[in-house]
Parts: sequence; structure tokens; C-alpha cells
Amino acid sequence: MGKSGKTSSVGKALKWCGADLKEIGVTFAEGDWKTKLSFVIMGFGPLMRGQILRGVSLLAAEALYIYYMATFGAGYLKDIGTLGTVATHTDTSGIIPVTVYGDNSFFILLYSLLSLFFTAAILFLWRVNIRQNYRAEKLLKEGKKLPTIRQDIQSLLNQHFDKTLLALPCIGVFVFTVLPIAFMICIAFTNYDVNHQSPTNLFTWVGLENFRNLLSIGGSGFGSTFVTVLLWTLVWAFFATFLNYFLGMGVAILINRKGIKFKKLWRTILVMTIAIPQIVSLLYVSKMFAADGLVNGYLLKWGLIKQAIPFWTQAGYARVMIILINVWIGIPYMVLMATGLLMNIPEDLYESARIDGANGFQMFRKITLPYMLFVTGPYLLTSFTGNLNNFNVIYLLSQGGPKSMKLTGGAGYTDLLITWLYKMTVNDTNYRMAAVIGILIFVVTAVISLSVYRLLPSVKDEEGFQ
Amino acid sequence: MAKQEKYRSRKVNRLIGNTITYIILILISIIWLFPFVGLILQSFRSYESEFGGMVNYLVPKQFSLDSYRFLFQPENGFLKWYSNTLIIAVFVAVLNTVMVLCVSYALSRMRFAGRTALMKFWLVLGMFPGFLTMICLYFLLKQIGLTQAGAVPGLILISVASSGMGYYVCKGYLDTIPRSLDESARIDGASNARIFLTMILPLAKPIVIYTALVAFMAPWCDYVFASYVAFGYSDGYNVAVALQRWIWTNDYQGYFTRFCAGGVLVAIPVTALFLCLQKYYVEGVTGGAVKG
Repeated sequence: MGKSGKTSSVGKALKWCGADLKEIGVTFAEGDWKTKLSFVIMGFGPLMRGQILRGVSLLAAEALYIYYMATFGAGYLKDIGTLGTVATHTDTSGIIPVTVYGDNSFFILLYSLLSLFFTAAILFLWRVNIRQNYRAEKLLKEGKKLPTIRQDIQSLLNQHFDKTLLALPCIGVFVFTVLPIAFMICIAFTNYDVNHQSPTNLFTWVGLENFRNLLSIGGSGFGSTFVTVLLWTLVWAFFATFLNYFLGMGVAILINRKGIKFKKLWRTILVMTIAIPQIVSLLYVSKMFAADGLVNGYLLKWGLIKQAIPFWTQAGYARVMIILINVWIGIPYMVLMATGLLMNIPEDLYESARIDGANGFQMFRKITLPYMLFVTGPYLLTSFTGNLNNFNVIYLLSQGGPKSMKLTGGAGYTDLLITWLYKMTVNDTNYRMAAVIGILIFVVTAVISLSVYRLLPSVKDEEGFQ
Repeated sequence: MAKQEKYRSRKVNRLIGNTITYIILILISIIWLFPFVGLILQSFRSYESEFGGMVNYLVPKQFSLDSYRFLFQPENGFLKWYSNTLIIAVFVAVLNTVMVLCVSYALSRMRFAGRTALMKFWLVLGMFPGFLTMICLYFLLKQIGLTQAGAVPGLILISVASSGMGYYVCKGYLDTIPRSLDESARIDGASNARIFLTMILPLAKPIVIYTALVAFMAPWCDYVFASYVAFGYSDGYNVAVALQRWIWTNDYQGYFTRFCAGGVLVAIPVTALFLCLQKYYVEGVTGGAVKG
């Protein structure tokens, strides 16, 4: 499937491109002078044909684009190859030394990207503009009337309501997610770090140097630290997901047992850890297990230990503690979910199993577990990828510590990739490596999601458990 | 006879099973509630006559409101941070819900060119870690003057701007509302806008509440962006930044009981709201999990 599917989709794309180019050509060749002029002056055709709203919007878009590029964008875009050449320096040629501000690499990169995105947008609008002309001419030839402004506006509330609804969310996602991500992907290929901070210093393209640094083992290379952090991230995500899953299911089964009273009370007690903000609960628990905290305090007082247990200062302890405390934080979600789902399992399945002499564990393995795994497959996947990036639990409990001289980049033994990224951004201002780590987090998440998604029973066989 | 015996042994088994279950549940409850009881008890420890730091006993020797008194004095900043957080939480709850509903309706009910492409693109975007873009967001906000003194609107803006991407649970819910319902309205000549506002919205009440609740709770924990965006301007911080600073600074010894009191004040409204709306939360979590 893989390869042939790919070539066929490439073929499809090529075909589509060809058809599109052909339509543009035909529109130009067969169009009247209004259409032809629209190829240069966007919206000219609609304006002349009385579609004022469409014409004005298209024309305004073109005018804005030209204005933006001429006064602002082009000036930045021309430097994208170097990200600036003039550093901020002090001019001592005069009597009084003057600070001369040079190029700002940060803004050159950011606004160049913005200009590129705007260019893509204007090309798309240009295509829309041509299709508008094409359609309008076709309608007129058929002797039909063009939609009026009133109809245009009404269609935005009906046939084209999706555009009205999605306009704001899409702009928001573009400015505050797409643009920053594109920017940071570029940063991974530059030397933007503590020694190359704009506006005082320039940074520039360095190719794959940062990626090489991440994979180089020994010396000041990030390689061995990266492997340590990545492995712990995967181990953590595995335990955080599956331990919570099974323990949560277990507690839900206990609460759901026949003859157990106050079901709602038990659930409410568990739910407290969801309801109370993690910043309160996790920070308090973190201090509870500190060297001078409540737990060590009582253990010492009762004479059970001679020295405080190093819950947060020894790697092994810290890792186990984090996984255990995450059970406290995490299983209530599973309990809430499993309670509803468990009640969906038909009671007669259990009844007939009981008649056949099955015991509780056998019924769990043969009836409950397959059903739950089938239904909650997608949840397990999202929960696993969520845990890969579970910043709060790690950072509020241990801040990624304990640190070690063996680890570079300020990493500690409980750091996940995401907390390491955060430390590099905030503490070390090592943006170049932070960007590389960010891209690798994306790769890990994407690979796991895609490969597991295909294996999910509920995706393979949607009707499986009906 | 044998049958009766079997019945009785089953009954005994069940009784033993239930007793063990009760014991486990009670143990779990103690573990789950212990930290919160500790938090509340220690928030009442006297700062002046006892000690404001960490001690090795749970119940204070002398109950007092010292820590709360400290928090309620305006010059200590806590009230300002608290109101900042409340403002952010309310705005984010309302605006996020609007964004998510718009996206969900469009993706659930309408078919347009690029629909699946948009969904796939957002799915891929969602796989990038959020903190990756922190510096870039900071500079974007700085360009429009929404850092430091403008931190509160700035934080609202960055939470709301990309919130449309979190449409999954809401769309999943809208998908379960039968399409025949709006199809018949469409035949009667109702526009999409009308169907959205007068038919789907009332039916989607549980998921609206779920979305708003989740959005309302998030800002109370947001210390990362809050401390970054408001950097160096203490009036722009929120409670999360304050709590985290008090616990992590080197003299947390003096601030521990204040942290506890602050934590109680933060937890009360959020927890109360959550417990009131728990029903809707469960519905959202369960639905979302199964849909993926």
C-alpha cells in the first residue's frame, strides 16, 4: 500500500495543479477585458460588474499587501539569507561615542516569515480572484444574475457560515501558533543563544550544527544527556499512563461493586485532586516529602529512621516518588471515566459467566478488560502523549532535579524533554537547543501517535464490540 | 441442602469481599484527603507566636488567622494577584468557549473544501510542545504592548487565540446530536446561523459547561506564561506565580504558612465550582475519552 498510495497521491496533486493552471489560462484567454485586467488589479472585474463588496475586499487585500511589503516587509525579507550584518556597536569616530543600533536578527527572521506567509496568502487570494471572474462571466453568459451584496452577506450566515465561524479561530491559530512554531523551527538552524542575543548581537544560520551537537556524545555535547532524558521521558509516560489506567480501573470496580454504599462519596473524595488546582496540591505534597517536611519529620520523631529520606535529592527516590504521586493526581480521571463505561457492560454477560463457574479474576480478564481496552484505546493514546509532555507534575514536584554534573544543559534526573526545553529557554536562554528539543518532542509524539493509532482496535474495526 | 450451603457460602464470601473493599476505600480516602487536611491545618498556624516555616508536626499548637491577615493586606500584593487571576479565568472561560463552539459547529455540521485538511493540520500543530514558542509569543505580545503592565490582557489573548484547536471533545459531542434535527429545520428554511444559535446551542449545554469549566480552571495553575509575560512587573503576576515563588524562594521557611493560606483561598472557589458542575465534567471526560 504505502508506496503506491504515495505515488498516486503525488500524481493526483500534479493532476490537480495542471487542471488549476489550465483553468487560469482559459480564464485569461477567454475572459473579457475586465477579467484580463483583474489579473493585475485584483477585484477589478467584480467591481466593474457591480459586486462591490467582493471587489473592494480583493482590491483592499492587494493594496494592503503592497503597502506592507513596500514599507515594511521587503526591508526585512532582503536580509533573510544572513539575518543581519551590522551588529550594534559604539561609533567612536566623533567627539562623543555614540551607540549605533544594528540589525535585529530576531525581527528580521520573524517579519521575513510573516512576509512569506502574506505572500502565500496573496497568491491564494489572487487565485480566488480569478475564479470569481471566471464564475461571474459564466453566470452572465448563462443569462443569470450575479449575487447582490445582500445575498453575499446572507450567505455568510448560511451556506458560507463555516467561513464566518472559522475566520477568527484560524487567524488566532495562525498568529499565535503557526507563526511562532515556524519561527522556532527556523531557530533550530541558527546560533541564537546567550552569546547571540538580539538586539545587541546578531545571530545567523548554522545549518545542522545544533542537531549534530544534540547527538554528539562526550565533551560538552548534549548526546548522553539527551539519551538519559529521552529514556526517562518514555519510562515515565509508560508508568504514568498504564499504572493509572489499571489502578483507576481497579478502584472504579471496587466502588461499583454490588452492596457498596456511599458510591458518590467515594468518588467525590477521589475527585478532590482534580478539583483543587495542581499548583496548590502538588507544591504542598512536594514540600511534604522534603528533607524538613512532614513525612520525614514524623518518621524521625517516631525513631523509624535516623536520617531524613532523600526523596527529592536522589535520582531513584525522586523518580519513584513522582510516579507514585502522579497516581494520586491521575487515577481520579480514570475512575470517573471507568465508572460510566463499566455500567455499559451488559450484566447478563457476567451472569452467564458466573453460571459457567468463572471467578472474579477470570471475568475481569475475559469480559471487563477487553471491553475497556476496546473502548478506551484512543484515551490511552492521548493520555500517553499527554504524559510525555506532562510539565506540571514534574516541575511542581521536583523541578526536574536532582541535578548532576554528568548532565549538560542544566538537566536533572527527573527532567522530561519538555521541562528540559523550559529550563533551556528560561534559565540558560539557550534558544537554539531548546528549539531542537522542541522539534524532537514533536517527532517522538508524532511517531508514537501515528504508529499506535493504526493499531487501535476501535480504529481497525469500528463495529467490533457492538 | 447442598444448594443452600452454596448460597450461604456465597453470602459469606460477599460479606468478606465487601469488608475488604470498605477497608481499601477508607484507606484510599485517607491518603487522598490527608494533604488537603494538612494544608488547611497549617494555614491556621500562628506566624507570630509559633513559626511561619515548615515544622515536623501537623496540628498547630495555636490556631490563628495571621497568614490570612497577611494575604488580605493590599500592600502585600496577594489581593491584586488574586483579582488578576479571577479576571483572566472569567474572560478565558467565556471567550474559549465561544471559539471552541464556533469551530466545533463548523467542523461537525458543515462540509466545506479543506475541512479534513484543516483538521489534520491542527492535529499536527498540536503535537508541537506549547513551551517551544514561549520567546516568540513574548516578543509578539511585546510588539502590541501586552507584556509587563499589559500582562493580564496579554495572557488572556494567548490563551484564547489558539483555543480553537481544542475542539475535539466539543465536536465529538455535537456529532452525537442527530443530524435529522437540523436537516428538518434547514428544509423549513432556517439558516445555519439560526440552527446554531437556537437549536444546537441549547442542546449542547452540558458540553458548553464542560468547556467553560476546564477553561476557567487552567489559569489558576498557569505560572509559566504568567511569570514570563509579566517578567519584572509584580502587579501583573497571578496567584500561581506568587504561590510558586513563596514555596521556592530560599526563605520559604517564613512563607510556608502563607502559601498554605493562599492555597486554601485559591482552592475554595475553584473546588466549589467544580463540585457543583461535576456532572457535566464527567460527561465531557467520558465522551471525550471514547471519541478520542
